[in-house]
Amino acid sequence: MLDPKSLKFMKSHEWLHLEGDAGTVGISDHAQKEITDVVFVEPPKVGRKVKQGEACCVVESVKAAFDIYAPVSGEIVAANADVVKDPALVNGGPYGKGWLFKIKASSPAEASKLMDNAAYEQFLLAEAAHGSH
Amino acid sequence: MICSLMTTTMAPRRTALYQSHKLLGGRIVDFHGWELPVQFESILKEHEATRNRCGLFDVSHMGQVFVNGPDALAFLQKVNANDISRIGPGKAVYSHLPNAKGGVVDDVIVSCLERDRYLVVVNAATADKDFAWFQKNAQGMDVSLENKSDFFGMVAVQGPKAAEIVMFLAPKALALPRFGAMELMIYGLPSFITRTGYTGEDGFEFIVSNQIVVRVWEDLLAQGRSLGAQPCGLGARDTLRLEAGYLLYGEDIDDEHSTYEANYGWVVKLDKGDFIGRDVLARQKKEGVRRKLTGVRLLERGVPRHGAAVLVDGREAGKLCSATYSPTLSAGIGVGYLDRPDLAAGTKVSVVLHGREVPAEIVKVPFYQSPHLKKGA
Repeated sequence: MLDPKSLKFMKSHEWLHLEGDAGTVGISDHAQKEITDVVFVEPPKVGRKVKQGEACCVVESVKAAFDIYAPVSGEIVAANADVVKDPALVNGGPYGKGWLFKIKASSPAEASKLMDNAAYEQFLLAEAAHGSH
Repeated sequence: MICSLMTTTMAPRRTALYQSHKLLGGRIVDFHGWELPVQFESILKEHEATRNRCGLFDVSHMGQVFVNGPDALAFLQKVNANDISRIGPGKAVYSHLPNAKGGVVDDVIVSCLERDRYLVVVNAATADKDFAWFQKNAQGMDVSLENKSDFFGMVAVQGPKAAEIVMFLAPKALALPRFGAMELMIYGLPSFITRTGYTGEDGFEFIVSNQIVVRVWEDLLAQGRSLGAQPCGLGARDTLRLEAGYLLYGEDIDDEHSTYEANYGWVVKLDKGDFIGRDVLARQKKEGVRRKLTGVRLLERGVPRHGAAVLVDGREAGKLCSATYSPTLSAGIGVGYLDRPDLAAGTKVSVVLHGREVPAEIVKVPFYQSPHLKKGA
């Protein structure tokens, strides 16, 4: 399991773990709780090139579908086959076995636009104060 | 999130159990102007608990209309498609209230309490419309109508363990057959229990004064916990009812779709004498319908949603009106009005999800029949 402190977050609740240009992407613990029981994951195709902020993956619960956005631009280099088989992994291990895809970042510096864990927690508090999800 | 959620300009209403739901961690949503829990812990867990043990549901938003008087039966025969004369005291029946053009005003459960005294349980969103419809059609008849929807709360106890849980609070209810109805005192107040539900499992529905509904809920829950019962929200209620093939008024049927089109022809008793909408329904029965509510099951992974197009031979034959992931079948299921009423079960079709055509097949409804509930019961 990854330490959330080592991750960067988007306002749309994706996390990115980046080492050099090798990125791993999933959704935050907060997001998996909000989405509730995940029953379907459609990861991006390996080889697809995406831009930062582009919708590239779908996570669905019983009640709704959620688009997952690329935290950085780059090429999809792997998709997690385990979450396709067992979508509940996203709920059980959002920072571990529930990762969604890996991306080779074309400009890793884009990650500086994302929030670190402390800023993300502040963001969640502010959102909760506004009463919105 | 739920496709049937409506935004409303009115202040949301709360059932007497609202605080209980908050304390249990219920996630509250607006359902037709009512603040109700969509889930407590997890829709999947609540669904599973109901199928295998027991689920408790707050259905206090539903309405109760009492029909009394010498013309009570004549009035109910006029506004119902089903034959109310077939139920005597202590029995209930599922029915549709047709309009004059063959649409459905509401789907209801009518209980006969005494020869000239009936209880009609109506949907929350349609309670006021139904009552106005009743008043209009009761003119000139010796019948009194009482809308007691604000007075009563309602709790559904559903699942194979329901009888064991109900036993301690209302042991007499165990003698009820499926679609039995009884009047009794609970905590000193006049109450009603019917052996009915919206889950496809055995179950009981308690209609009790709002004064005691919290106590009834908490007692049933306390008793149920040791048997693996769980409080359930609207999310599980929806997945359970769709698996069981029950209609959701406002999604699957409405003023524009008829009982025959909804594939609920068994509800219509054309031979019982005249009733509102009989002419149109008799014609539909004779000539057949041009569109029919049809069950579809995905053959690949995916979650169909309300509004998804169903393609037959590459052509759109209709859209799904109710659709979900079926926790029991681990597959996407849905029902929609298809303009191909001839399609047999097993016919290969596809459903458009996120722009992709996902293989699916026509299936018989209900999608799931509980082994705990005798067929046809």
